[in-house]
Amino acid sequence: MDSVLLLLLDTRSPSGGHNHSMGMESAISVGLVRDQEDVATFCRGRLRTSGRVAASFAAAACDLQTSGGGEWSRLDAEFDARTPSAAVRTASRQLGSGLSRMARRMLPGFTVSAQHHPIVLGAAIAAAGGDRGLSARAAALSTISVPASAALRLLGLDPFAVQAMLADLAREIDQLPLPGPDDLPADAAPALDLLADHHLTMEVRLFAS
Amino acid sequence: MRPSDLRPPRHNDEHDNYRHDHRLGGAVVARPVGALVPRIGIGGPVGSGKTALVAALCRTLSTELTLGVVTNDIYTTEDADFLRRAGVLPDDRIRAVQTGACPHTAIRDDITPNLDTVERLERDHPTLDLILIESGGDNLTATFSYGLIHRQIFVIDVAGGDKVPRKGGPGVTRSDLLVINKTDLAPHVGADLTVMERDAAAGRGTRPTIFTSLRVDPGALAVAEWVRAVVAAAPARV
Repeated sequence: MDSVLLLLLDTRSPSGGHNHSMGMESAISVGLVRDQEDVATFCRGRLRTSGRVAASFAAAACDLQTSGGGEWSRLDAEFDARTPSAAVRTASRQLGSGLSRMARRMLPGFTVSAQHHPIVLGAAIAAAGGDRGLSARAAALSTISVPASAALRLLGLDPFAVQAMLADLAREIDQLPLPGPDDLPADAAPALDLLADHHLTMEVRLFAS
Repeated sequence: MRPSDLRPPRHNDEHDNYRHDHRLGGAVVARPVGALVPRIGIGGPVGSGKTALVAALCRTLSTELTLGVVTNDIYTTEDADFLRRAGVLPDDRIRAVQTGACPHTAIRDDITPNLDTVERLERDHPTLDLILIESGGDNLTATFSYGLIHRQIFVIDVAGGDKVPRKGGPGVTRSDLLVINKTDLAPHVGADLTVMERDAAAGRGTRPTIFTSLRVDPGALAVAEWVRAVVAAAPARV
């Protein structure tokens, strides 16, 4: 794999993910997530629902970018249609905008008009020389690594326990069948959508989502 | 001789379009890409008076400059609410950024959420003259990235101990302006202002330091004068 791809996917790269918890802060605040085991359950649930959706959209975006770009607004609209929570749609656009800003500076000539994070991610990975399989896996991984990192900060977990948990789920990602070119699933976890909307009403919140 | 003395002077640094003004301190190493108006970062430890300083600057300058404020308070909207209650700015010119429990990350290592917010503020208010970005309270090592702001103020206070300027850290030594607040408390906490002045001067070279007490001087007039100089030194459109 090219080193530029490694850099693009490095979680320390400045793409704006650090102030998102993807529902984790909300879940902790209402008492649904209290310890390491709960964090693993939360992340597994995310991976099997929104993770699967994100993976498919990233793969589709990689295909579109590789074929010369085009109808990004249609792909964004498809993602909107599968994301019932307005809070989640907003967060996804914020993450997409941050990644797009970084990718434009990293990859000469790269532009993408797509807004949602998994789509921008797939397009950027394609522009950096990656394929649809990598795009899918990177998008799936980001749906669990972001909330896991937030949980680490909010609950004071053992960072190596969190990393081991992510590694278990990463193996699960590698076992998933790759999404087909026209495969845009609509898996959803209603509780995650409700938690995302609840988050915006919290009086004290440290994360943007 | 310090290593920095060996470098040639960079008053005409191509990365910094600001006209040279000795009151503004040293050369800046980067500048924000695409900024439409001057941006000043205000950082410093918890409780040193950052929000009070922002409110004071807004009160003093709002009749002559159109100001916008971005706050990074740990409790998200608390600083913004304080400014709204103080009635110093219209609601829509105060924006809050969540820092993900890492205030220094949001102003230095990954400035994305702040950039998004500042750029939206610029778009929504094309007549702005200046944006103040207030960091969440942090420690002495927290400084702003010059990819986000043009100049930065670091605020410490006398009650934090008169040893703070000697301890140094990038906020104390490298900020464009060091503000030492709450001088009225010095006799009550046994702080020696001359020690603070000497240590700040030793660590900061030509960079300026201002002593203030927002209780005695609620308009922060000396700091406001420095801010006017920053705005005056900015290119017509940054």
